[in-house]
Amino acid sequence: MSDEIEMEEGGGVVKKFMFLNRKAPYGTIYALEGLEVVLISAAFEQDVCMAFVDDGVYQLMKDVDTSGIEMKNFSKTYRALEGYDIEKLYVERESMELRGLTEDDFIVDVTVLSSAELAALMAEQDVVISH
Amino acid sequence: MLHIVNKSPTERNSLDSCLRLATDGSAVLLIEDAVYAATRGNPGSTKLQAAMGRLKFYALEPDLKARGVAARVMDGVTLVDYGGFVDLVAEHRNCQSWL
Amino acid sequence: MPTIEVNGKTIEVDEEGYLVNLSDWSEEVADFLAKEEKVEMTPNHWEVVNFLREYYNEYQIAPAIRVLTKAIAKKLGPDKGNNKYLYELFPYGPAKQACKIAGLPKPTGCI
Repeated sequence: MSDEIEMEEGGGVVKKFMFLNRKAPYGTIYALEGLEVVLISAAFEQDVCMAFVDDGVYQLMKDVDTSGIEMKNFSKTYRALEGYDIEKLYVERESMELRGLTEDDFIVDVTVLSSAELAALMAEQDVVISH
Repeated sequence: MLHIVNKSPTERNSLDSCLRLATDGSAVLLIEDAVYAATRGNPGSTKLQAAMGRLKFYALEPDLKARGVAARVMDGVTLVDYGGFVDLVAEHRNCQSWL
Repeated sequence: MPTIEVNGKTIEVDEEGYLVNLSDWSEEVADFLAKEEKVEMTPNHWEVVNFLREYYNEYQIAPAIRVLTKAIAKKLGPDKGNNKYLYELFPYGPAKQACKIAGLPKPTGCI
């Protein structure tokens, strides 16, 4: 949260950023750290999207209960992304289906893309940041 | 676009994901443990062979040498040194590291 | 680890005075933290503090100031969902002060 920094209106260049998530959520710190980076990046008012590929699709599971492992349930935080104006969430169909999942298993609304569609989207980004 | 892979193809799926999500004409640079994919007999080399028509492959020579596999590099993979690594990054408008 | 003393109960805080355990929060603790921040709690202050607690409960993060302002505007109207109003209530920053009083952890990505 930033009280101090107010970005100037219309001052900077808007670039296309894709945050690509490929790791499952609670076994390593990548997913949580990655999500925090995304939330911080929202302050800079760039054109941000998130993509979930490989085990990264597990980050979006609903019905998560972390009370037994004494970790924060940051799965709920994905639902805050909309309030941060990060509304473009993409899931690769192949990764999703390989794990026996459907869109109904996710905690947020996502756009499911084929590998080719996601590949094209990635290629057109100015910056891709992968965790 | 430049794709950089640094994980062994027999330990992780990074190379598979890279090959699946790299658009035609992209460059793929293999570094660290990913260089094993560019060596004859490794299962990764079959995957590289299959994608060779549509992607351009590079491997970091110091990493190949350090692993004792420099003599086993398959045909069609261009070897680069650190300077070549920098050139590749500079030549492409964006890049993705498949950690 | 520094501590504070409220109603005879010892409570852990971090170096900047944020509660270490959310579950230690109570209205008395909030009053204590507000006094330390030199904020006199009015119903308008409580409204923001309670809003932050609800937000945290739902999303597990303390919102960025921009997001907080927007969310308050949506729920309580534009008269309250603006920087001027929030800074009048919490002069040293609604993010910092209100979050601390609400017992939330140090905000995510506080730049």
